[in-house]
Amino acid sequence: MDHISPVLWQFLVKWMTNFALFPPEASKIAPQMDALYFFITLVSLVGLTLVVLLLVGFSILYSKKRHPVAVQIEGSTILEATWTIIPLGLFLIMFVWGSLIYFRVYTPPANAMNIYVVGKQWMWKAEHPGGQHEINSLHIPTGQPIQLTLISQDVFHSFSIPAFRVKREAIPGRYTSVWFEATQVGTYHLFCTQYCGTEHSHMIGDIVVLSPEDYKKWLTESTSGMSLAQNGERLFASLSCNACHNGRPDARGPSLANVYNSKLRLSNGQEQFADEAYLRDAILNPSEHITQGYAPIMPTYQGQVSEDGVISLVEYIKTLNSNYRVEQTLNTTDLLPESEGKATPASAPKPAPAAKGTVTQ
Amino acid sequence: MSSATIVSLPDQSTARIPKDNFITRENGILSWLLTGDHKRIAILYLISITFFFAIGGALAGLIRLELLTPQSDLMATDTYNKVFTMHGVVMIFLFLVPSVPATLGNFLIPIMIGAKDLALPKVNLLSWYLYMAGGILVLYTMITGGVDTGWTFTTPLSTHYVNTNVLSTGLAIFIAGFSSIFTGLNFIVTIHKMRAPGMTWFRMPLFVWANYAASILMVLGTPVLAIAIVLVALERTVGIGVFDPAKGGDPLLFQHLFWFYSHPAVYIMILPGMGVISEVISTFSRKRVFGYTAVAFSSVAIAIFGFFVWEHHMFIMGVSNYSTLVFSLLTMLVAVPSAIKIFNWAFTLYKGSITFETPMLYAFGFMGLFTIGGLTGVFLGTTGTDIHLTETYFIVAHFHYVMVGGMLMAFLGGLHFWWPKMTGRMYPESLSKIAAVTAFIGFNVTFMPQFILGYLGMPRRYAAYPPEFQVLNVLSTAGATVLGMGFLLPVLYFAWSLKYGAIAGNNPWQATGLEWQVQSPPLTENFTQLPIMDHEAYDYEWLAKREADTATTTV
Repeated sequence: MDHISPVLWQFLVKWMTNFALFPPEASKIAPQMDALYFFITLVSLVGLTLVVLLLVGFSILYSKKRHPVAVQIEGSTILEATWTIIPLGLFLIMFVWGSLIYFRVYTPPANAMNIYVVGKQWMWKAEHPGGQHEINSLHIPTGQPIQLTLISQDVFHSFSIPAFRVKREAIPGRYTSVWFEATQVGTYHLFCTQYCGTEHSHMIGDIVVLSPEDYKKWLTESTSGMSLAQNGERLFASLSCNACHNGRPDARGPSLANVYNSKLRLSNGQEQFADEAYLRDAILNPSEHITQGYAPIMPTYQGQVSEDGVISLVEYIKTLNSNYRVEQTLNTTDLLPESEGKATPASAPKPAPAAKGTVTQ
Repeated sequence: MSSATIVSLPDQSTARIPKDNFITRENGILSWLLTGDHKRIAILYLISITFFFAIGGALAGLIRLELLTPQSDLMATDTYNKVFTMHGVVMIFLFLVPSVPATLGNFLIPIMIGAKDLALPKVNLLSWYLYMAGGILVLYTMITGGVDTGWTFTTPLSTHYVNTNVLSTGLAIFIAGFSSIFTGLNFIVTIHKMRAPGMTWFRMPLFVWANYAASILMVLGTPVLAIAIVLVALERTVGIGVFDPAKGGDPLLFQHLFWFYSHPAVYIMILPGMGVISEVISTFSRKRVFGYTAVAFSSVAIAIFGFFVWEHHMFIMGVSNYSTLVFSLLTMLVAVPSAIKIFNWAFTLYKGSITFETPMLYAFGFMGLFTIGGLTGVFLGTTGTDIHLTETYFIVAHFHYVMVGGMLMAFLGGLHFWWPKMTGRMYPESLSKIAAVTAFIGFNVTFMPQFILGYLGMPRRYAAYPPEFQVLNVLSTAGATVLGMGFLLPVLYFAWSLKYGAIAGNNPWQATGLEWQVQSPPLTENFTQLPIMDHEAYDYEWLAKREADTATTTV
C-alpha cells in the first residue's frame, strides 16, 4: 500500500467509510418510499439493460462486416404495440403506487401534534404548541405523528428532511402542511431546498429526534412560560381585537367562540369553512371575508402582526369556546388604563384551559 | 478502404471544393450580416451559440470547482448564486433552445424538403439579430453584476427580494424568446408551403418532423414565458401585485405560467435532437427507420402531451392533492412516446448493415444517456418519490442526462454528420472518436454520482454542503474536467478541418436525404433544378440504383 500516494489513500479510506447509497430511514414513511424507489430503480435497470443489450447485440450481429447488405423492414405493429403497452403498464403501476404514498405524506392524521414552522430569509423558526421556540432546529419525539404547518414570511422556502423522506414548500401567504412519525432517535439534516437567495445554503438545521421521555424533559427545559394560545390571548387584547369580537349583543364584530372548524356564511352569500388558513386570511385581509350581518369595518392587520403573531392568534382563536375570558380581559382593560399591565394578569391565572385546548386540537 | 465503413470520399488528389457555393458566392462581412440565405444564417448561429456555450461551460466549471470542498471557499455564496443562475440562463436560452433548430434545422430543413430557402428569409435574419440582442443583454447583465434569482425567477424572490439585474435578464430572455418564436413560425410555414413536388408529409425525413413538432411548441409556448416575464417586470417596477400575496396576488400563479412554457421548452430542446438521431441511425445502419410513422407521430404526441404536464414541477408546493393525480398521470403518458422512439431506433439496427463512424457513436451515446435521463424522469413524475427527490441533485442529474447526455450528444452527432455538407470537408475521424468516447465517460462520471447525492438528500443550488457529501462531489468535479476535454476537442479539430480536412464530396455517408444529393457546400439556391421526390424517405435501394445509374453514365 506504500505505493499509493497518501492523498489518494486518504481519499479512498474516506470513500469506504462514508460511502452510502441511502440516507438513514428514520420515519414511518421512509421504508415505504424506499420500497417504491427500489421498484422504479429495478424497472429502470431492466429497461436500460434491455436497451443496451439490443444496441450491443444488434451492433455485433449486424455490423457491416458480418452483414454487408441491410434487409429493409418497414416496422412491426405487434412489436411496436408491445413496447407501447408494457412501459405504459409499468408507468401506471408507479403512478398508482406513488400517488398512494403522496396522499399519505400530505394527509396528516387527526391525532397528529401540530408544530408551526415559519421560514424566513435565512432561518427556520419552529413554534411548539406549548410555546417553545427554536431556530434552525426541531425537537420531536418518536412514536408520535407530527404535523408541520408551514408558512413563509418572505420568499418560497422548502422544509426538507431527507432521513424522513419528506419535504414541503413554505409559501408566503398560505399554510401548507406535511406530517411524519419519527422512528429512530438521532440527529438528522434539515435543509431548505427551494432556492431562497444569498444564504440559501446556510438555511440548514438539525432535526433532533428524542425518545418520548427525553422529549418531555426537553419541553419543560425550553419552555418560554407561555403557550402559543396564551401568547395569542395577550396579542388579542393588546391589538384590541376584544373591543369588537367580545360576543356581546351589541358587538361590532362576530363572536369568535367556537368559530374554528365551523361553517360561516359570508356577506357575499358564500359558505366558508373556518380552518387555520381562513382565520389567518380573515385577520390579514378582513375586507375579503365579511361575516353576514356585520359591517366591513375591520382594519387589515397586514404588516402590524408578524407570521408568528398570526400563528399565536390563530391558536388562541382555536381554543376559544366561550367569550367568558374575552369579556374578562375587556373588563380588565377597562379597569386598568395602562395597556402594558393587562397582559400578564389576563393570562397568568389560567394556563390550564389554554394548554388543555391545544391538546384537544 | 475497410469494409466496415461506408465513407465514400472522392479521389483526394483531384477532388476540389466546388468553386461556386453559398460560402464563396459573396464576400465581405456585410454579405454575411445582411444575408437572407438560411445556410449563412445557420453558420452565424453556429458561431454565436458556440460562443455562448463556451461561456456557459466556463460557468459550469466554476460551479464544479466551488463544490470540490464542502465550504463555500472559492467564492462567496452570492457569487456562487450568480454563477449558477447565469449558467442556467446562458445554457438554456442561448444554447439549448436554439442549438439544433437554429443551426442544423436552419441549414437543412429547406434542403431536406427541396426548397430554395425558408419561407421568410428576412424574418430568419431578424431571428438571429434578436438572438444576438438577447445574448448581448445577458453579457451586459453579467458584466454589470449578474443576477441571482436562479434561471427559474421564482417570485417573490425575483420581484421583491433581490437587488440584482432581474430586469435586464428578463428583457434578454423576452427578446431571445421572440427569436425562437420567429424561427418556429418560419419552420411551420416552410414545411407546410414549400415542400417539393412529391414530398408528401410521410416522405419527409424524421428530422423535419421533429423540428416541426418543436416549432409548434416554440410558437405556442414561448409567448406564455414572455407574459410571465412582463408580469415579473411590472411587479418589480410598479408593484401591480399579481404575484404578491400581500396585495391579494398569488405567487403560485407565476409557477404555473413559468412552467407552462418551461416544461414544453424541455421538448423544444430535445425533439430536434431526436430528429438528428433518426437520421444518423438510419444512415449508418443502411435501413429505413423502423416504424417511420410511429416515430413521426410520437414527436407530435410529445409536443401535445408536453403542454399538459407542467404542474409536475410543483408537486410539493401546496397544490391540491387531487390535481397532482392528473398531472402525474399525464407525465406517465408523455414518457411513453419517448420509450417508443428508443425501441424503434434500436430495432432500426435489426438486420441492418451497421458501421460505427463518429456520428453513430454519438447516437449510441444519446440512446444510453437519454434512456437514463428519461427513466429517472419517471422517478420524478411519480408523485410519491418526487417528494423526496425534487429540489435535490437527483433533479440536477436527471435534466443534465436529458439535456447534455441527450441533446448535446445529439447536437454534436448531428454536427459531425452534416459537417461535410456544411463545409465540404471531413473532420478527422480517429480524433473525433476519441472525443466522443471522452465526453461519454466524462459525462457519466460527472452526473452519475449526482443521482446518489440526490437520494442522500443534497439540495441543489447549495454553495456549501455537509462534509459527508464531499467524496461524490469530488468524483463529479473530476468527471467534469474529462467532460470539458471531450467538448474542447471538437472545437479544435472542427476549426482545423476547415482548412486541412479531406474533401468530402457530395455524399460521403451514402445517405438518402435530398441534402446529400446536392454539392457540398451547397449552392446559395440549394438546387439547380427543382427536385422531384419520387421515393420514400430512407430508401437505400433508390440510392443504390441512382448510384449505379450515375456510374454507368459516367463510364
